[in-house]
Amino acid sequence: MPRTREQLAERAAQELQDGFYVNLGIGIPTLVANYIPAGMEVTLQSENGMLGMGPFPYDEDVDPDLINAGKQTITEIPESAYFSSADSFAMIRGGHINLSILGAMEVAENGDIANWMIPGKLVKGMGGAMDLVAGVKRVVVVMEHANKHGQSKVLKACTLPLTGTGVVSRIITDLCVFDVKPGGAGLELIELAEGVTLDEVAARTEAAYSISQTLKAAA
Amino acid sequence: MRKIYADAESALEGLTFDGMTVMSGGFGLCGIPENLIAALRDTGVKALTVISNNAGVDGFGLGQLLETRQIAKMISSYVGENKEFERQYLAGELQLEFNPQGTLAERIRAGGAGIPAFFTATGVGTLVAEGKEVRTFDGRDYVMETGLVADLSIVKAWKADERGNLVFRKTARNFNPMMATAGKVTVVEVEEIVPTGSLDPDAIHTPGVYVDRIIKGTFEKRIEQRTIRIRETA
Repeated sequence: MPRTREQLAERAAQELQDGFYVNLGIGIPTLVANYIPAGMEVTLQSENGMLGMGPFPYDEDVDPDLINAGKQTITEIPESAYFSSADSFAMIRGGHINLSILGAMEVAENGDIANWMIPGKLVKGMGGAMDLVAGVKRVVVVMEHANKHGQSKVLKACTLPLTGTGVVSRIITDLCVFDVKPGGAGLELIELAEGVTLDEVAARTEAAYSISQTLKAAA
Repeated sequence: MRKIYADAESALEGLTFDGMTVMSGGFGLCGIPENLIAALRDTGVKALTVISNNAGVDGFGLGQLLETRQIAKMISSYVGENKEFERQYLAGELQLEFNPQGTLAERIRAGGAGIPAFFTATGVGTLVAEGKEVRTFDGRDYVMETGLVADLSIVKAWKADERGNLVFRKTARNFNPMMATAGKVTVVEVEEIVPTGSLDPDAIHTPGVYVDRIIKGTFEKRIEQRTIRIRETA
């Protein structure tokens, strides 16, 4: 059975490690914050200028001066720090953020990602996405395996304008998990969602991929 | 007290002209110079190039300058919250230059710091890098981006002293400190003007050297996405 949005976020949370500084994209990635394992020290970065993002405020604590990159009201926590947009992207571009979990429209075999623009449709802008994929040490994509027309979003080559080239390390979809092997060595299927078969992934994936030894053994 | 003006209108006097470039602080509607945007609208100045991360919403923030067609071009990273913007852009009435958010922030920082250009990995291999110089350093490609300056920067801070030393509050800081450095003239609106000497010199975010004029504003502080959690009942 394909993973739900919540299950996708729960699976993506397994990418977190103790001590990590993490930037979460808008949509499913934002939900990952709900699944940080108890006792694990993870600091969330918001690219508009904050480290140590707290949960949504209680109604009476809403502060217009305190929002996340999705423009939602949030709260501060004891370890919070504020800084300018230039400082924020210095820590992103400078490789100081350990992990970015992002959504995508398309990801290619070589780690290319497209997630900001559909030609012919109104373009809202890339925001911080290009900086994040270029600068963060590890980029993990969390997305539906297929678009709303049922077409694979895991492709041999992206068709949409790119956000970054060769930057994605792992793809988590509602069906499975792929690793993007370094140096353009292609995709490796490393996990299946519960109840999903190898055949089902094969039928719904346009990209070529190899299958990990452990997964072969389990099948 | 030379820097302190009575209101937004007098603080912009003699500073505006058609075709000028204006930097306007804020992220979304957080930390935007509400008073100075309204005063800029009231000057009637036309054909503005506005450098701002976002374009406000319909009827508020930079949306007010779009409604009156005073903006000819925007340099921004994300403009998705404004229907009038969308209409003017699709009708070809408004020019738009998208910059990645970090590149935009750094272009402004560089402009204010006297650095005409820099190289960044952001945008390499994408539309953003088209027509720009790409160079390789230590085996990785970087695209050249230029510094940005403006004829006028309008900035929102929390507190200023009488000499223009500024303190920002929480995530309302965002683009404001860099923009304060990159305007030929920088006008700041604050919630409170405090006596010189009452701010801790170690806690000043923007030193007064960057600030030319200051006003005390009144603020609506509109919220785009009011997200709350419900208190668990006992």
